[in-house]
Amino acid sequence: MKQPTSIRKRLFYQLAAVAAVLSLAFVLVVRGVASQAAEGTQDDILAASATAIADSLTSEDGEVTLELPYSALSMLGTINEDRVFYRVMVQGETLTGYTDLPVTRSPRRLDTPTFSTEMYRGDEVRVASVLRRVANTATGSEVVVSVAQTRSGLAAISRSITITATGVGLLFFLLATTLSLLAANSALRPLRRMTGAVTRRGPSDLRPVTAEAPKELVPLVDALNSFMGRLRASLSRTEDLISEAAHRVRTPLATVRTQAEVTHRKLNKPEHKKAIRDMIRAIDESSRSAGQILDHAMVTFRADSLALDPLDLIALINETCDRLAPTADLKDIALLRELPDSSVPFNGDGIMLQAALHNILDNAIKYSPEDSDIAVRIASGAELRVSIADQGRGFGGMDLKDLTTRYSRGTNVGDVVGSGLGLTIADEVARAHGGRLELSQSKEGQGACVSLILPYV
Amino acid sequence: MRVTDFALRLIAAVTLWSGAGHAFEVEDRQVYSAMAETSVLRVISTADKAVFEPIITAFQKANPGISIDYTITGTTDLMQAIYEEGAVFDLAISSAMDLQTKLANDGFAQSYLPTNAASLPDWAIWRDQLFAFTQEPAVMVVSNTFFKQGEAPQTRDALIALLRENPDRFRGRIGTYDVRRSGFGYLMATQDSRTSETFWRLMEVMGRLDAQLYCCSGDMIADVASGKLALAYNVLGSYAASEQAKTEGFHIVELTDFVNVMLRTVLIPANAENVKDARVMVDFLTGLRARPDLADKTGLPPVDAGALQNNPALRPIRFGPGLLVFLDQLKESKFLRSWENSILQETP
Ligand SMILES: Nc1ncnc2c1ncn2[C@@H]1O[C@H](COP(=O)(O)OP(=O)(O)O)[C@@H](O)[C@H]1O
Ligand SMILES: [Mg+2]
Repeated sequence: MKQPTSIRKRLFYQLAAVAAVLSLAFVLVVRGVASQAAEGTQDDILAASATAIADSLTSEDGEVTLELPYSALSMLGTINEDRVFYRVMVQGETLTGYTDLPVTRSPRRLDTPTFSTEMYRGDEVRVASVLRRVANTATGSEVVVSVAQTRSGLAAISRSITITATGVGLLFFLLATTLSLLAANSALRPLRRMTGAVTRRGPSDLRPVTAEAPKELVPLVDALNSFMGRLRASLSRTEDLISEAAHRVRTPLATVRTQAEVTHRKLNKPEHKKAIRDMIRAIDESSRSAGQILDHAMVTFRADSLALDPLDLIALINETCDRLAPTADLKDIALLRELPDSSVPFNGDGIMLQAALHNILDNAIKYSPEDSDIAVRIASGAELRVSIADQGRGFGGMDLKDLTTRYSRGTNVGDVVGSGLGLTIADEVARAHGGRLELSQSKEGQGACVSLILPYV
Repeated sequence: MRVTDFALRLIAAVTLWSGAGHAFEVEDRQVYSAMAETSVLRVISTADKAVFEPIITAFQKANPGISIDYTITGTTDLMQAIYEEGAVFDLAISSAMDLQTKLANDGFAQSYLPTNAASLPDWAIWRDQLFAFTQEPAVMVVSNTFFKQGEAPQTRDALIALLRENPDRFRGRIGTYDVRRSGFGYLMATQDSRTSETFWRLMEVMGRLDAQLYCCSGDMIADVASGKLALAYNVLGSYAASEQAKTEGFHIVELTDFVNVMLRTVLIPANAENVKDARVMVDFLTGLRARPDLADKTGLPPVDAGALQNNPALRPIRFGPGLLVFLDQLKESKFLRSWENSILQETP
């Protein structure tokens, strides 16, 4: 399975890989340069030694002779304890020194020493040779002075350089790795800052992001902003559409209803009057259904970006009761407002809460017999509980869970018409506020009790 | 020139190891058997039995299973035995630093790091093959009949002046090493010649006074003690010190201009058979500083960097390829020619 990619990890691994390559390169270069320098130093000293010996060549009675200078060999012992060999050859014949010392690269020119690496007495030796011409006879003799030294000191130097370079390289790598971790974090800091800025916003805050974005993120922010702009436009169009639709449906229905009532009063024939009454009831049902459908749409829409306005629940309840009082009066139902005098403050969406209460109270009136009471109560404890209890048919052992799903109606409805959306709306409002809807039999024994339970935020 | 009778006696006493096919001269050989012998350590050495015996005894006390086959020879013979004849020994102990250096340089020694290496001064070990265990100055030994305590010259210049002014008094009464026969004498003479030009003047003066040439420190000291010689130049200080405990009639002068200090060294030959015990002995010898009792008994002063620092005139001879220079055939013959020209003069 592919792991979700992390920019930070990728950045870190890439930087670490670069650091590793650089460290390795550093170690190799330092080691190469240093061992070359060490070899160069040995060559220089060997050449100096050979030259010093060559300088003390003389001729005596026509013979080439040599007074080996002490320093010529002792200088080779100053930097290490390597073994030293030398050989002086006159016209190819060994004059003194180690007769079997191999000299494979004889110098051809007088002023340039030659160097070679040979095996001698079980060890690798570096041999430097210089060529001299000694005027012992009329033609003179060619003398080759070779000085050789084993290379264990060199090996030790190169070993210690390797160790040091490796240590430094490793340290560099660790440092670079740590720094790349920091760099990866700091490179992503603006991203985190912007994420924070966007996350901290309220749900309905669709303003464009203005936090300063690094150049690389500007296109993303622009795209996001343009997307939010379109979303904002689309949302406000929906909102407009809902209120427009509610207005456009309700207003003509109200007009039709008024006309019907006027007509009803003018008519005398009972069968005509009944027809008009049926018409009026149908209009009422249509009006309520339309209202509920629109309420539902409105609730769904507002739930996405819940407004938390400071409200007074008592005022809200009273307003709802006032609005439904005429409907209750038609059935001689008394709305008993058992409410405290003081206000009950609550932070929430007033329009949604009103829709919820309206639908609950409407149900209570709808499913109550004529000449009964409906009690509206509010209880505040750990959470707020607004209950509306009636003396109607009650829920009568129905499956209460299903009643809050859309368009579902109970088996107790009889000839009462409805859309099955009322409790759905109330339930969604409760849940949008972090609460719940509770259906139960009313305490008085008969009737239903529907409670809207809201937690304090 | 005159070869001392002691040397003649030695030559007469020389035994040829013809059985083993060896041609180097053996002066003496002694086997120190262990009580319950588990192994034998074959040592070839230039140190006299009398000098070295206390060390062997102490070593065997610490390592009771090891018998020691101790062969005494001269420095040149030791070199010849190992370098040319391939004689098999487990240890080679010599006072000739230059020859030991050549052995190590030319691949005749094997490496070992003594367990007490950390406590030894840097200059006491070379290539992990050559281990110095004593530091012995070359001193002047003067006869009490010629010099009262403190009256002997303290520098080479003073010595030259004294000899020049009193040729009759000192004619035939000055001794020094025959550098052609003694590796130690040769080493001291060559180092003298490196350090100061006074060496050649001194040799000239000694030659004019018919200097007596010796092979060994012991003879020189005996002749100085008996009053036969007025002074002997470049005597091995450790021998002189141990002789002084036994013999009257002479005292030791450490010259103040400079004193060459020779390091007695031990090495494990490349062809050693009993390497294990050889290493034990190397550890024992390099640890001599911890045994002042042995220093007293042998008269061998152990390696001690502090002692050298206290006396700035002391010049320890340094290991290194420089020591190979005077072993060069041409260089050696030239040096000996110069030396002979100086010291072997017909008495006018
Ligand atoms: N106050 C009440 N008394 C009795 N039954 C009720 C009451 N309120 C709701 N119900 C039952 O719950 C069902 C769902 O209610 P609701 O979603 O408002 O739809 P409806 O449009 O049918 O009223 C109703 O059909 C009814 O069976
Ligand atoms: Mg309903």
